[in-house]
Formats: sequence, C-alpha cells, structure tokens
Amino acid sequence: MAKYMLLIYGDAQQWDAMTPEQWQAHGEAHGAFNEAAGGKVVGGEQLELAQTATTLRTDGTGSVLTTDGPFLETKEVLGGFYLLEAADLDEAIKLASRLPEVHAGHSGVEIRPVVDHG
Amino acid sequence: MIEEAGAAVSSAVAEAHRRDWALVLAGVAQLTRDLDLAEECTQDAYAQALESWARSGIPDRPGAWLTTVARNRARDLIRREAVFRRRMPLLVPEPSVPGPEDALGEDGRLRLIFTCCHPALSPEAQVALTLRLVCGLSTAEVARAFLVPEPTMAARITRAKKKISAARIPYRVPAPDELAGRVGAVLEVVHLIFTTGHTPPAGARLVRRDLVDGAIDLARTLHLLMPHDTEISALLALLLLIDARSETRLAADGRMLLLAEQDRSRWDRTRIAEGVGLLTDALRRRPPTRYAVEAAIAAVHAESVTWEDTDWTEIAGLYDVLLRLWPSPVVALNRAVAIGRRDGPQAGLDALAPLLADPALATYGYLSAARADFLRRLGRWDLAADAYREALALTGNEVERAFLAARLDEVTRSR
Repeated sequence: MAKYMLLIYGDAQQWDAMTPEQWQAHGEAHGAFNEAAGGKVVGGEQLELAQTATTLRTDGTGSVLTTDGPFLETKEVLGGFYLLEAADLDEAIKLASRLPEVHAGHSGVEIRPVVDHG
Repeated sequence: MIEEAGAAVSSAVAEAHRRDWALVLAGVAQLTRDLDLAEECTQDAYAQALESWARSGIPDRPGAWLTTVARNRARDLIRREAVFRRRMPLLVPEPSVPGPEDALGEDGRLRLIFTCCHPALSPEAQVALTLRLVCGLSTAEVARAFLVPEPTMAARITRAKKKISAARIPYRVPAPDELAGRVGAVLEVVHLIFTTGHTPPAGARLVRRDLVDGAIDLARTLHLLMPHDTEISALLALLLLIDARSETRLAADGRMLLLAEQDRSRWDRTRIAEGVGLLTDALRRRPPTRYAVEAAIAAVHAESVTWEDTDWTEIAGLYDVLLRLWPSPVVALNRAVAIGRRDGPQAGLDALAPLLADPALATYGYLSAARADFLRRLGRWDLAADAYREALALTGNEVERAFLAARLDEVTRSR
C-alpha cells in the first residue's frame, strides 16, 4: 500500500459562483467518492478561501516575514485535499476520477505520491 | 575461419537482441521489481553472450540462455546490494504473484509495454522508455532519433523510471475493463516510432531501419498477444503496407523517388498480402477506425498495378472518412493532395487554400511542397519556385532536401 495526496485545485471565483443546489450535488459527489474509497481515505478537508492564507518566508536576513496571501499567487488555488491509501497509481487514479472537481471545467485534481520513510 | 565464427556470433547476438530483448528484460524485471536494475542485468547478459557464445557455441534457445544469465546476475546483485539497497520503492507486481517461470511467458513483454506507455507518463517519456526498454535501443540511439542531446534523453529516461517507481505505476497488463482505454496510448507510441523511422526529421538517411523494424516488431507482438483487438490489427496492417514500399523509395544514386516513379515490381508482395489480410479481417469485425482507414489508403496504393491506375476517387473518399474520424490538419492536407490528383492541380490548390492559414501547419514543409507541386503542374513557375524555397527552408531530411532542390532547379529553368 502507498499513500497519495489528492490536491484539489480550481478557480475560486467559479466555486464562489456555485448555487446552493450545485453545492448540494457537489457534496453528494464527495460522499459517493468517500463511499467508494471506503477505509482508504486517511484524511481530507476542504480549505478556506486562498485570501485567508498567511505565508511565512525569510526576509533574507534570517528573520521570518509574515505576508498575507497564498505562497503562489495564481488564478487556480488549492481548495481542498484528501490523503488516500491505494495499492498503486492506477487505483488512486480510478478513485480520484470520481471527484466532482475532475469533471468541472475550471478545476482538477493533482495526485502526488507521499514519500515512504518506512 | 575464426573471423567467420566471430561474425556468426555477433549476428546471433544481434538477432537475439532484436527478437528477445524485451522478453529478457521483462523476465528480469519480474524478479528485481526494479527497471533500472533489470536494464543493467539485461545489458550485462548480452555483453556476456558475445564472449560465451564465441567460446562455447550459440545456444539452441538464445532467449532462454540470456534470461537465465540476466536473472542470475540480478540475484547476485540483489544479494550483494541487500545491505545498502537504494530506498527506491519497488515496482508494483501483479496482485497474485505468479511463479517465476511465468515471467518467461509472452505477457511479460506486454506488461513492460503497458508500463512504458502509461498515461501518467508524458508522451515523450512513453516513446523514449518504449524504445529503450522494449525495443532495446541504446540511449544514444533514442536521442539521435528525436534530435535531442544524449544527456537530455538520458535524463528523460531516468526521470520516467523514477516516476514509475515513486508514483507506483503498476507493472502489469491493465484489467480487461481498462484495457480498451489503454491500448490507444500504446498504439500511438508504436505509430510515432514508425513514422519517426520512416522519414527521420533530419539526417542523411531517408529511413531508419532500427525504428521501423522496432515499431513493426512491437505491433506484431501486440497482435500476437491480443489477436482479437481490431485496432491493433489495423495498425499492423498500416505499418506493413507502408513499409512494403520502403525499398523503392530511393534510386540507385540515393535520390528520393516519388510514388509515381517507384518500381512497383520490387514492392514487398508478402508484406502487402499480410497487410491486406489483416485489414480485411479488421474491417469485417468492426466499423473502420483511424488506423484502418489509413491502412485502406495504403492498400489502394499497394494494389494499383501502375501509378496511372491509382484510384484517386477511392483515395479521396477514404480521406473524407479519415478526416471525420480524426480531424487533423495533416489529414486535411493529404485529402487536398488526393483531390488535386482526382480533379486536377487547380482543384488541389483550391483545396489547400484554407490550410495556408492553419497555425498548426505554419512550419510544416509538406504543405509548401504540395503547393509547389500543384503550381509547377499549372506552369506557374515563379510561385512554384517560391513554394519550393519555402519547403526547403522547412525540411531537415537531406534526401528530401535534395529532391526539393532538384525541383526548384527545374522550375527556375522553365521560367
């Protein structure tokens, strides 16, 4: 078994514009994903909007610089994640394909294998 | 005498390399579950064959000999390396791990092909990995075929192998319900290897046999292992029908010969018959697909007795079908050429006109060459000369350049 991080990216404006009905269908699709994945979902959360992000960096002299906003200023932002356990990439792809963000035009899901330190 | 024996051994090793490389590598990978190590041991086994076979004779079953030697080498290395074994994750095996002897079976190769052509790898990486691991080309040869420096290609192959193990791309043939969706990518890789070999984008040779043969061998292997897949049959038919003409594409003096000038009596009739047979069978079982229509076009050429006999109405009609199945600017260009043959050069020129603005064809030398040819046949020498110059500027293959230069010379003198 290996662990995969599913990073859900999309256009925040499009997510904002969704109607309550659309959100309900969206939530049901996530429910279906969770059901299909069963015990394989190790964790996962929806994230607050990127404008609520705070980024820490060094200012070059060794002290920490705190700035408002996400690490990368892009149109597509990280909206949520799942940590998944799967036998191989094909299983991860099969499960992740069920996420509604894969099927909406403005969003997508990035699958990243987690380094196994065991 | 010794020289003769040496030559027999090298040709036996070369033959075993062509025929068995993928099988040996797949057999070792099953044991090592590490493509890098499998590749290294396979390489070593072939090197050892050169020495051993010269000393003790060529074995009856070279593939089995090579697999045994490569697997023994792998066992040694694994034992020795066990302590400081790299922390790279291992290949994901089949869920039900079959006995080691299974690895000697045919589908070891299939497993290798599907792993190399996994959609999670970039198309460039799929092609490079397939040529290196399945066809056994050296990294330098793969680099040359795709016009990139060797270190770049080496890095590309290493990166792809790393992704296979780190992301756990499974080392197996897809399950039956996934197979249909995965065969297409494999066929695209095989087709690309063939077209790259059929007219290399640069260099002094018109055909690179290593790539063409590698692609045909791959298609043959796939067909052997999945005989009921009509898309595979159609692709194999296409490759055979096109390759049947390859020996006649050059004149004795190295000049490129057009279809109209080729000696049809030297076309490979065995390949044509095999291609037509495969195609007929594929068309009987399923509505035509992209490769089947392309093969049908190649079959019309292969079966016309003379250039003048070519059924351009049939060919133009097939291009109409192809354009619907696979709308691509290159198909539209070939369709325009067929229309020009059917209805005359002015009609061809009219059919080409809308393509001149297509950005996808902006640097495509064959568009300029096709236009130049129609203009030449209309006697519009100045415009034809301009178009030949444009085609020359966009063409890197030296044999094709010589052809275009000769035509440019001809139209310049006709003015």
